[in-house]
Parts: sequence; structure tokens; C-alpha cells
Amino acid sequence: MKERSYWQDNLRVVGVCLAIWFTVSFGFGILWVDVLNQIQIGGFQLGFWFAQQGSIYVFVALIFFYAWRMSSIDKHHAPSTDESRIGGDD
Amino acid sequence: MELQTLTYLVVGASFVLYIAIAFLTQARNTGEFYVAGGHVHPVINGMATAADWMSAASFISMAGLIAFLGYDGSVYLMGWTGGYVLLALLLAPYLRKFGKFTVPEFIGERYESRTARVVAVLCLIVISFTYIAGQMRGVGIVFSRFLNVDISVGLLIGMGIVFFYGVLGGMKGITYTQVAQYCVLIFAYTVPAIFISLQVTDIAIPQLAFGSTIADGSEFLLTRLDRVVTDLGFAAYTVGTKSRVDIFAITMALMIGTAGLPHVIVRFFTVPRVRDARVSAGWALLFIALLYTTAPAVGALARLNLTETIQTGPVGAADGNLVYEDRPEWFRTWEETGLLRFKDKNGDGRIQYYNDRNLEFADRAASHGWEGNELSVDNDIIVLANPEIAGLPDWVIALIAAGGIAAALSTAAGLLLVISAAVSHDLLKGVFARGISDRNELMAGRISAAVAILLAGYLGYNPPGFVAQVVALAFGLAASSLFPVILMGIFSFRMNRQGAIAGMLCGLGFTLGYIIYFKGLFIGPFTENVAENWFLGISPEGIGTIGALLNFAVALGVCAVTAPPSAEVRALVERIRVP
Repeated sequence: MKERSYWQDNLRVVGVCLAIWFTVSFGFGILWVDVLNQIQIGGFQLGFWFAQQGSIYVFVALIFFYAWRMSSIDKHHAPSTDESRIGGDD
Repeated sequence: MELQTLTYLVVGASFVLYIAIAFLTQARNTGEFYVAGGHVHPVINGMATAADWMSAASFISMAGLIAFLGYDGSVYLMGWTGGYVLLALLLAPYLRKFGKFTVPEFIGERYESRTARVVAVLCLIVISFTYIAGQMRGVGIVFSRFLNVDISVGLLIGMGIVFFYGVLGGMKGITYTQVAQYCVLIFAYTVPAIFISLQVTDIAIPQLAFGSTIADGSEFLLTRLDRVVTDLGFAAYTVGTKSRVDIFAITMALMIGTAGLPHVIVRFFTVPRVRDARVSAGWALLFIALLYTTAPAVGALARLNLTETIQTGPVGAADGNLVYEDRPEWFRTWEETGLLRFKDKNGDGRIQYYNDRNLEFADRAASHGWEGNELSVDNDIIVLANPEIAGLPDWVIALIAAGGIAAALSTAAGLLLVISAAVSHDLLKGVFARGISDRNELMAGRISAAVAILLAGYLGYNPPGFVAQVVALAFGLAASSLFPVILMGIFSFRMNRQGAIAGMLCGLGFTLGYIIYFKGLFIGPFTENVAENWFLGISPEGIGTIGALLNFAVALGVCAVTAPPSAEVRALVERIRVP
């Protein structure tokens, strides 16, 4: 049973991250770009900024967040996550 | 010192570095040859992945592409970075846990099928060779433009270098060379970008200069760019012209294609643990983002620079355009390479650069006495001529040459390795010569790497007519064939052999068919490649998205009416889900 709840925790983190991934790129950068372009921050229209800069920054932060969150979930479920094998077992 | 000599020195020094690394990192067994023994530090792997991923196209062409596409160029920026989120969250940790050498190996074991493995190998080889042809071409072009040698000589030198560290060192050699290549290419890319930013906006960081006011403080860079280009009949820089659905589809196809590219996935087999694979993807994207957030800034700055160099005064004023005889020095240099071409259509001795395909602008152009656009500009010039336009010292120009070659070689080497692993490990050891010893397999890997280099060199020298189509093809195929079956193999217990094979073949067949139908490949094209003819308004570049959906749908349908996979497969999936 322990395994299943680990997997569910994992799926929840992945789900949240993917929702953010979709929102900043396909949402802010493409689908709602015209609405966001009404907002001007410095020299950038916000929608354009998300499409060419902002989404990339969020992507980087997302992967590090995911890695950090997963290692704490790993620790929570199994105190010793150890090295797995490399190479064939045949 | 002469620029030519300096360029030889800088490029030569980078080659000495790569060869020295090759000597220090020879592979001694198949584990080191395929996955560098699995001992690569996650930050190092991130850097190597960044070099592996960023090709000649990213380094030389992307900023120029964005400069002329404006907002539409966002598809490349989001598509080629967003894929790493999918890779890190959905594939890399689980495939690392699987702990074998190749992507087809996973597909073969997960679906208990040598047929599936061979189909995956075929997809992998087609994807990788289409990609390599472009890289080798890039090496040849950089050599011929900066070092004044024949393209074939440039290609031979490039092949020789890759041969050396790829064949000797395998993944181990490639990894550490890629780290060096990343340092060379990112330095070469950012230095001119910083100088251009300073010149145009007084701000040193390109990502900030992009959104600030120009140096005289009168208006924002992007506001001015929008005005200047629309005055000449071009689409506004920050708006673009592609339809929303097409932008969406292309971005999605590039993202899932990126996540499904075998030479990228396999880099995550080289780190020691599952959690290293996760964090390594973050480092990879961070290193990639350094270039990918600089590129759009370079594109905008250079587009403004170029436009205002030509259009020196108000549009339509008698003396508003640059007199051809007064053109700057870099203009002359790049005319010689054919990347800039001028034709004085109205015979006034001045250069008119405007959008002569904009029918609404045609009347105004005619009233100015303009008789068509007189300047053709190649995308690649934005990065290649940047240092000269900015008046930077010669060593920066030499660095651009070394950076372009580093970008092309690092990607070519990564691709060659997955091809050789697919042949020696998946086809030979997996299917045709199952009893082969480790030593012989290593030899087979080296031989197939060598053959792949020769073939790649040939493709670079005689690029098949479809090289322009290969980006759509490689990403479309990766998106519609490999990504869905790997994903379902991890996230579904129920997905079986029949579903996976049917899904792969349908996705692949549909995507390939669509691209051939509109763009041609050996046969065709069968109809005009225009938006009116496209399925749901989606261009061939974006069709991989539909191909992937089709793959999922067919696989789920077939799987529902066939028997579930064995208990061993269930155990395998259980195992890879836990780190």
C-alpha cells in the first residue's frame, strides 16, 4: 500500500506542475496573449513577454521545484532511496 | 593580427581542447561507451545536455528566425524549452530507474516485443539522420565563411574531430567534450549580445535591454521596433501573422518532439540516481535558457539596427534611404558571402528595404517611386554579422566561428552515439546476434559510429533536397511515434504490445504522410502548402501534435480489445515508478 500512496503523491506534484506549465505557455503566451498584451510592464506587453521570456523562466523554476518536492516525497516514503543498477541484467 | 589568422587560432585551440579531452576519457566497456558508466554529475550532465541539444540551428539561425518572425518566433522559444518540463516530469526519472542503455530497449522490454523495439530503432535512425545532415552542413558553412576553406574540407575536418572523440570515448568522451563545447558556445553567444544591448539601450543584460528604452531615452525598444517595421509594410513585431491554432499546434509538436528525441533522453541515463536525473533536467534547461532568453533580445535589437541602417530617414523622403555606395563595411563583407543581396530595381542608387508582398502598402510604395524590395537578408546573418555590426574587436568574431562549430559538433556527436547504440545494442545484441560478447559489442558500437559519421558527412556535403523540411520531420516523428509509447509505457499498466505498435505506426504514418503531402519527400508535394489546404488550419510543422493524439487514441482503442500484458511487465512498471 505504501507504494500506491507514493505514486499518488507523485501524480499530484506532476499534475500541479503541468497545470502551471500549460498556463504560462499555452495560456499566457498563446491563447490569452491579446488580453495580456493590454498590460504593459516596462517596455514589454505582458503576453509577448510570457511568450518570449517569462514562460522559459517559469519552466526552469518548475523543474527545480519538482526535483525538490520529489526528493522530500522520496524521503517521506522510503528513508533510503539508493542507487539503481546500470547496464543489462542479462 | 589578421582576422583570418586569429580565427584559425581560436578554432584550432578549441579543437586541441576537444582532442585532449578525448584522450583523457576513453571508454573501456559498453557501459562507458553507451552511458558514460552512469557516473556523470547532474550539473555536468545538465551542461552536456545543453550542448547536445543546442544545435547549429539554435546557435546560428534561431535569433535571425525570431528577428524576422517577431511574435510568431515564440513557437521555437517555448517549444524547444517547454519540452524539458515534459521530459523531467514524465520520462527522465522513470527511464533512469529502468537503468538500461537505450530508448528502444525500454520499448522492447516494456511491450515484450522485438517488433516494437525494431520499429523504435527505425524511428530513431530516421530522426537522428535528418537532424545530423543539418549539423554537418552547419559545420561546413561556418568553415567556408570564416576560414575561407572549401565546404568539403570543412566537413572533413569536422568529421575527423567527431570521429576522434566519439569513436574513442563514446558517451564518456562526448559528455566531457560537450561540457567544453557548451562553455565555448555560450561565451561566444552572450559577449556580442551584451555589446549590442549596450550600444542600443545602455543596458548590459540583453534580457532587460529587450524591454527597456533605447539609448536616447525617447521610447521603448519594442514600441519603436513595432512602429519602424509597420511603417515599411511589415507585420508588427509583437503581434505576428500565424493563426492561433497553428501557433498552438507547432508549440505543442516541438515540445513533445523535444521530450521524445532519443539523443536528449539518453543523456539522463548517464547520471547515478533517479533524483539526479530530475535535478539534472533543471540544470540542462537553465543552461539552455541562458541562450534561449538572449536570442529573442538579439533578434529584436538586430532587426532594429538593420532596419534603421537602411531606412536612415522618414519613409518616403527623397533622402530617407541609405545610399548604396555609402554602405558600411560589414555590409560589403556579408554581400560577398551572398547572405545580403542588393538589387537596385528603381535605379536611384539607394536601398529600399520593405515588404513588397503587402498589397495594402503597394500604393504607398509606388508613390515613393519604389519598385520592389531591393534587399534580401538571410536569417543567419543576425548572429554571424552581429559582432561586425556592433564594431566589436576581431577576437569576438573569431569566437563566433568557434561557437558555431562547437554547437554543431556537440549535437552531431550526441546523435551519432544514439545511432551507433541503436545498431550495436538494439539491432545486434537485441535481435540479430544475441550472444555477442561485451568486447565485440563495444567494437560493433565503434564501427557503427564510424559508419554513421561517414554517412552524415556525405549527407552534409550532398544535402538531400528536403533539408529545409527536416525540422518539421524530426520533431513530428519524435512527437507522434516515440513520446506517446514511452509515456503510456510508464503511466499505464494496461497498455500492451498490440496497442503500442498500432499507435506508433498510425502516428508515424499519419505525420509522415501529411508532411509529404504538403512539402514532398522523394515524392510529392501533392498540393500547395497554404493555410486554406491544411487540416484544421495546422501547418506541417505542427502536425506532430495531431499525430501524437492519433497515436494515443489508436493505442488505447486497440489495447482495450486485446489481452493485458503479462505479470512481468506489471512488475517492471511497478519497479520503475519507485526511485
